[in-house]
Amino acid sequence: MLRDRYKRFRKFHQAKWDEELIFELSVPGERGVLVPLAEAEVEKAVGDGISVLGKLKRKKAPALPEVGQMRVNRHYMRLSQETMGTDVNIDISEGTCTMKYSPKVQEHMAARHPGIAEIHPLQDPDTMQGILEIYYKTEQFLKEVSGLDYFHFQPGGGAHGVYTNASIIRAYHQSRGDTKRTEMITTMFSHPCDAATPNTAGFKVITLMPDDNGYPPLDAFKAALSERTAGIMITNPEDTGIYNPRIKEYVDAAKAVGAICSYDQANANAFLGIARALEAGFDMCHFNLHKTFSAPHGCMGPATGAVGYKSFLEPFMPVPRVKFDGKKYYLDYNHPQSIGMVRQFIGNPNVVLKTYMWIMQHGTEGLKEAAKISVLNNNYMMKKLKEIRGIVMYYDFGPGKNRLEQVRWSWAKLKEDTGFGTDDVNQRLSDFGIQHYWTSHHPWVVPEPFTPEPCESYSKDDIDEWCGALKAISDECYNNPEIIKGAPHSGPVHKVKHPALDEEALIAVTWRQYQKKKGLKK
Amino acid sequence: MHRKDNIVYPYIPNSVPEVKKIMMDEIGISDIMELYEREIPEELRFKGKMQLPDPIYDEYSIKRHTEKILNKNKNCSEYLCFLGAGCAPHFVPAVCDEMNGRGEFLTAYVGESIADHGKWQTFWEYSSLMAELCDMDILSIPMYDGAQAAASSIRMANRLNNRAKVLVPEKMNPQVMMVLKNYMNSMPSADIQIVTIKCNSEGCIDLNDLKNKCGSDVCAVYIENPAYLGVVEMQAAEIGKIAKNAGAEFVVYTDPISLGVMEAPANYGATITCGDFHTLGLHLGAGGCQGGFIATFDDMKYIVEFKDLMFGLTDTIVEGEYGFGEVLYDRTSYGSRDKANEFTGTSTGLWALTAAVYLALMGPKGMQEVGTTIMQKSQYAAQKMSQIPGIQLKTTGPFFKEFLVNFDMAGKKVADINKALLGYKVHGGVDLSIAFPDLGQSALYCVTEIHTKDDIDKLCYALQGALTC
Repeated sequence: MLRDRYKRFRKFHQAKWDEELIFELSVPGERGVLVPLAEAEVEKAVGDGISVLGKLKRKKAPALPEVGQMRVNRHYMRLSQETMGTDVNIDISEGTCTMKYSPKVQEHMAARHPGIAEIHPLQDPDTMQGILEIYYKTEQFLKEVSGLDYFHFQPGGGAHGVYTNASIIRAYHQSRGDTKRTEMITTMFSHPCDAATPNTAGFKVITLMPDDNGYPPLDAFKAALSERTAGIMITNPEDTGIYNPRIKEYVDAAKAVGAICSYDQANANAFLGIARALEAGFDMCHFNLHKTFSAPHGCMGPATGAVGYKSFLEPFMPVPRVKFDGKKYYLDYNHPQSIGMVRQFIGNPNVVLKTYMWIMQHGTEGLKEAAKISVLNNNYMMKKLKEIRGIVMYYDFGPGKNRLEQVRWSWAKLKEDTGFGTDDVNQRLSDFGIQHYWTSHHPWVVPEPFTPEPCESYSKDDIDEWCGALKAISDECYNNPEIIKGAPHSGPVHKVKHPALDEEALIAVTWRQYQKKKGLKK
Repeated sequence: MHRKDNIVYPYIPNSVPEVKKIMMDEIGISDIMELYEREIPEELRFKGKMQLPDPIYDEYSIKRHTEKILNKNKNCSEYLCFLGAGCAPHFVPAVCDEMNGRGEFLTAYVGESIADHGKWQTFWEYSSLMAELCDMDILSIPMYDGAQAAASSIRMANRLNNRAKVLVPEKMNPQVMMVLKNYMNSMPSADIQIVTIKCNSEGCIDLNDLKNKCGSDVCAVYIENPAYLGVVEMQAAEIGKIAKNAGAEFVVYTDPISLGVMEAPANYGATITCGDFHTLGLHLGAGGCQGGFIATFDDMKYIVEFKDLMFGLTDTIVEGEYGFGEVLYDRTSYGSRDKANEFTGTSTGLWALTAAVYLALMGPKGMQEVGTTIMQKSQYAAQKMSQIPGIQLKTTGPFFKEFLVNFDMAGKKVADINKALLGYKVHGGVDLSIAFPDLGQSALYCVTEIHTKDDIDKLCYALQGALTC
């Protein structure tokens, strides 16, 4: 019998170890691990090995802590317990990030099988046919998912994928001598990297604001286009979960002025098998394999931004490319117009392997089922959240209109009524066994925002528990404000005095800087 | 029995038909596709069917299927590996694997310090431990890899002094060079010009060429130490002085596992130290276990130019309790989009965490011992290999971990030798004949603490065989 999630709340308390900093555990002389030493015959042949360094021999040993292995193990075990990953909490909270369950069998393969863990990336390709096969086949899979012609897995994260796409747009125009195309257009509800990476690639960035529909009006978009437009970098649906139904008109307008259209599909969870970059007219896209395709987020990586292209952009793709000659797989560096490399080697095979396995475990219908359930979950959650006092849904177009995989919600009404805003609710949330939720990227166009994403991994009961916790907190804000003020009550630490460390006197990003600031070390 | 219809996916709990129906009833629909039909115009919906292989639903079978593919690879437990060039086989303490396999760490993401205090402390310790190793003060959370760290270091230098030329060694890591070329490019044309400094045949900088090129238009002098070809750049301090006299930053790319025995770049003039911490407790991972770092001194001039998040140790409302906060968030693209320093995003957090565990285990003594072992064993290997007829050791100066050998005298191509070595279950050194044709048929051999004397002797035996076949 499942608990009534709207009445019976989880009485949670996170581990609170009051753990020292690793440096405070140092006892001179202790050893955490011993390393192999050179054999006597080796030493006899070459001596101490390090005198040859002369003036470049290290004079003062690094001031690393000296800690026995059990204590090091206990230290980081405790710190892991003071961390709330998707494995231990209902991670609906981190919207736009698609916090999927990553099947453990994938991790066991990727982390432990010597056929990937103990492979050197510069081995003769004949000796890494398995890795190359995984790459090649995963490329074929993503071609089906997107409708595009080629994929590459070198970028080490989603933003890195978008940066790669900006670089390719630049290479395309430079190859045509079309150097007047110095502007890139994006939208405010697209991820910050859609603005930051084209800037890094040397473009001037134009950011369009949404209108009452939640996306920029078509006439404003057209007005921003010109012969200077190199490309557009856009998400659809954006962080609001609103699908721009006229996206094709935007893409067509951009193409009409000669721009390249790049689709940020970091989170493509709502569309698998249902809508693709190709039908919407895009020239390129990227998928975050650590979101839609199940690889875990690993405390922010390793990750992969898989980048996909129509064939006219193929010459500019990074090298090496993984190819198949009908008999064996090989690495092809021979692409003279390529942008080169954006990362060493072939990317993160551990992430690509998990993607391969996830797709193989679901197949065509399973991928579609994942998308459909993620949208069902979100629309079910919408109904539950709308019933909670203080929550406002911006861009609410009434009955008969839905959202796809997520919604950017607002506590604006709660703030108006009680003075408590989204940060206050967020602080309290971890007392219910749910890690903080994601508010919004900056700037906050939707006031007092929060952005949950109940992807297909979460059960109805999980969604009810998550919504129940928000309802309980809303009730507290209206009826028991004192409990909100001191929150969190059950976390590993209390509130910090200065969450934003912007003044020089407050900045201590390392032990040595901290000691200096505190006067503990000259 | 063949599973076909109405499968309940173990990773999609609401694929249970009865649960699905309850949820659909709750929102007043009878088919989930209605939700799409209301939002996505028909012409934008995909009418076809993705052509994917038949799925393998059960866990045992997908494991078998994947193992079969991975078993096609010739792994470096089974074969001896003498490949380096930015990724090398090193000893991985069990506690490192234990920690990066912990579900809490493995599946955490951007949680704030109220929920993810342990993650924040671990990252802070990563920065702190790396700072001690580099003998510098400031690090951010990590980057994708060493190449990204090198590229971002040069961009930092460019922002610091507004100069638009960087000097790099002509014999630098060619993959890092490719990343730099793309990262310095801009529209309409490159905004930081990359100029190469001449090197001798073993990879050391030509000081005269450097002096001639290092003018007031140079934002940074970039070197690798140990150099790409393994040699230790003994003129590093002089190079640093030349950079300083020109008002340029001195960026040194280093291998952190060398820093127990090699002087920290900060102590021979580096103003920015960068590199890849793959060597600190991580597996080869077919190149998937890299991670970039940048370190500088405690100077706001540098701190404000970092592009990635930084976590700062701070006080909580309870006396004596440690908490963590964001440092200068608006430097990053999360805070200020296209007005930020370059861009940031998900990178290699799990590997930074692993590097922290590694350094905590190793301590000063461990780092000194591992550095010493690497130097002794690599010297032994070089000595032994140079005794083989047809092989010339080209690295004459001190080297760390890697060294250059030439096969011209044997009249053999490195590619052919390496193919022959596979017959002895040996992955030979990196073939340099394509990236650096002026070096002839040369290879970069890498020997670390994991190689035993017997391994090296076996390599020599195999090489003799490969050269005579």
